[in-house]
Amino acid sequence: MSATASQAAPEASSPQAASAAAAKPAIDSQADAYSGAEMVIKALVDQGVEVVFGYPGGAVLPIYDALFQQNSLRHILVRHEQAAVHAAEGYARSTGKPGVVLVTSGPGATNAVTGLTDALMDSIPIVCLTGQVPTHLIGNDAFQEADTTGITRPCTKHNYLVRSVGDLPRTLHEAFYVAVHGRPGPVVVDLPKDVLQTKGSYLEKDQVVHRSYRPQTEPDPSAISKAVDLLAAAKRPIIYAGGGVINAGPEACRLLTELVHLTGAPVTNTLMGLGAVPGSDPQFLGMLGMHGTYEANLAMHDCDVMLNVGARFDDRVTGRLADFSPNSIKIHVDIDPSSINKNVMVELPVVADAEAALRALIAEWKRRTPPSPKAQEAWWKQIEAWRGRDCLSYRQTGEIIKPQYAIQRLYQLTAEQEAKAGRKTYITTEVGQHQMWAAQFFKFEQPNRWMTSGGLGTMGYGLPAAMGVQIAHPDALVIDVAGEASILMNIQEMSTLAQYGLPVKVFIVNNQWMGMVRQWQELLHGARYSESYSASLPDFVALAEAFGAVGIRAETAGDLDDKILEMMEVPRPVIFDCCVAQEENCFPMIPSGAAHNEMLLGPDDKAAKPISEEGMVLV
Amino acid sequence: MSPLQDSVERRTIAVLVDNEPGVLARVIGLFSGRGYNIESLTVTEVEREMGLSRITVVTTGTPQVLEQIKAQLDRLVPVHRVADLSLQGPYVERELALVKVSGIDDKRVEALRIAGIFDAEVVDAGLDFFIFEAAHRPDKLDRFIELMKPLGMVEMSRTGVVAIARGKDSL
Ligand SMILES: Cc1ncc(C[n+]2csc(CCOP(=O)(O)OP(=O)(O)O)c2C)c(N)n1
Ligand SMILES: [Mg+2]
Repeated sequence: MSATASQAAPEASSPQAASAAAAKPAIDSQADAYSGAEMVIKALVDQGVEVVFGYPGGAVLPIYDALFQQNSLRHILVRHEQAAVHAAEGYARSTGKPGVVLVTSGPGATNAVTGLTDALMDSIPIVCLTGQVPTHLIGNDAFQEADTTGITRPCTKHNYLVRSVGDLPRTLHEAFYVAVHGRPGPVVVDLPKDVLQTKGSYLEKDQVVHRSYRPQTEPDPSAISKAVDLLAAAKRPIIYAGGGVINAGPEACRLLTELVHLTGAPVTNTLMGLGAVPGSDPQFLGMLGMHGTYEANLAMHDCDVMLNVGARFDDRVTGRLADFSPNSIKIHVDIDPSSINKNVMVELPVVADAEAALRALIAEWKRRTPPSPKAQEAWWKQIEAWRGRDCLSYRQTGEIIKPQYAIQRLYQLTAEQEAKAGRKTYITTEVGQHQMWAAQFFKFEQPNRWMTSGGLGTMGYGLPAAMGVQIAHPDALVIDVAGEASILMNIQEMSTLAQYGLPVKVFIVNNQWMGMVRQWQELLHGARYSESYSASLPDFVALAEAFGAVGIRAETAGDLDDKILEMMEVPRPVIFDCCVAQEENCFPMIPSGAAHNEMLLGPDDKAAKPISEEGMVLV
Repeated sequence: MSPLQDSVERRTIAVLVDNEPGVLARVIGLFSGRGYNIESLTVTEVEREMGLSRITVVTTGTPQVLEQIKAQLDRLVPVHRVADLSLQGPYVERELALVKVSGIDDKRVEALRIAGIFDAEVVDAGLDFFIFEAAHRPDKLDRFIELMKPLGMVEMSRTGVVAIARGKDSL
């Protein structure tokens, strides 16, 4: 990327003052040296921002004007503001840096709301700048006015309305601080147009200290020592790690893997945590939860000590709460104290950053004499028996491509290429069965390679997220594993791919159904398939071509590998229409309201285990 | 597993926040969005130079919900401190009410007599009405108001609870 963090602020000023600014170059922090819009650019550059995902409009024109007159920041013009936020999320999750969004007032801001909610649920650091009508018009139902701070209050970690240019630099720096510190999340800064056009003095980043927000990051040593006591005495331990470890960074993931090896305990990851330990690690049991593996869920159910690091006992993970891991002592490491004892009561809370906590756990473990490796022998024997059920198996017979087969081949061919040629693979997904199959069949050896909408489950996430990933990693192979229904929710972003030459691959697992909806209707609603058929689909190959991309279609199992390899070779964006068996269901499945040990393993299981009334009301 | 206690408790919680626009909406939105109860909520600036406001919120819930409420409040960005006064030890709770009673003859005399018992001050009066001001613990205020109802209470305004811990230590 062209941008560098250290570059000086743009010298040219807003058009009205351009000549004056040219005559008298601006000096940092000099009184009234910058317009609000210029301060925005300067603050972003000072914060190390390289790229902004945005869409212009009346209220943010001063910022677009300032963008035009500098070359430190790259702007990516999306085709819908929701996509700008998802792209920033993809950027953030694949780099560990905050993602930045710039949208106009009114509809620009309201379009961003789904993305902001998504980022809040999945704890993704985002700074979203929204335009606002000038301060004197606020409250007057002015053209393109929306109460943006009101609308986004429940879907951001924090938000600000900047009422005067004097507050602007402090607010911008604070927004970045809040977005990335503690449990990360989206922060909105609402910028009235007159504030952007007024001159004021800039504050440097390190001149700004937040008044109140100081999340605890270091663990309480006595809690760490108790945790190690419990882990060392465990006969049936399990480590359950989530997105918090990914958010804490690659070093936290390395430490987690080290702790797993030191303790000899099995480890499972949440949907958000995939990649926190290498997918090929023999101690890794796969993903847990509603569509998790048999071995992971039963090990959670039967363990005697559970160490949760950076996960939040989400209902997709716990199943029926009353029967969730009924006989275990639970340790919960989380940076957000409100995650502790929210759904599941735990015996030992540890409020800390995952990296700090893992480092302390390892140090404490190493101080002790290690327990005999024999202690867990019976446990591992049991786990191997569960593994023997081979819960992800499916049968690929005949020429109709099974969706599981499609995804498994996609995984294997990309993994082989990565091993041979070193080309990194990043996977994003939409939402539905294809998402769960991708989570089941891809083995992520590293963190930050997997981006999916977990908490909100936002169809339309994958394509824009892939865009953001590809911007951050221009040489990588970035694939959106999509469903034919989800992809239509942000398909307009194909145009963005074309504009910036982003060679994202959209791999549509086309079952011609909203498969996940169809599956629930089959299992819970007497196979009454109400409105879940994907009728009138576009010809995805022709659609790709219409967007200036490459279209590839695979219809037979025999053709699949060659077509996937062709897709991987094309240095351009691709839509891959993978026509798969229509009525395949995603197993294993813990129906909502059921416990971990009431899992459905396959189609024959469903009659034996009818779904409860209480389960029916759950989502 | 600590046992799930389902008994509902009442708590008075003090919250020190930055006095910035939207902070009250944030607190109220937290309660409504997550389905927590608010029995009473008061807020005003308490430290002008520091720009700090104090919110006193009286809420009810199971111990688990109450812990959640405090944790959720504490993680709001403009919140400096959250103190569970009910849990921490003895504390003083006060609420102020203005009570308008209209009537003549016996009822009027009786209203004035009871107001005297409750240390309520007359802040306005006419030949056929009184306005009383009373400041007490909320339950005592409830009692006063109950007694005023049959004596011709036509209107009443209460501030909601403010509270402070006993002893010399500060929040
Ligand atoms: C924005 C949004 N609307 C509705 C849903 C509910 N929903 C979950 S999965 C799904 C069907 C997805 O179909 P498709 O993209 O074809 O994926 P498949 O399940 O067939 O793999 C729907 C409608 C959602 N998750 N997000
Ligand atoms: Mg589908």
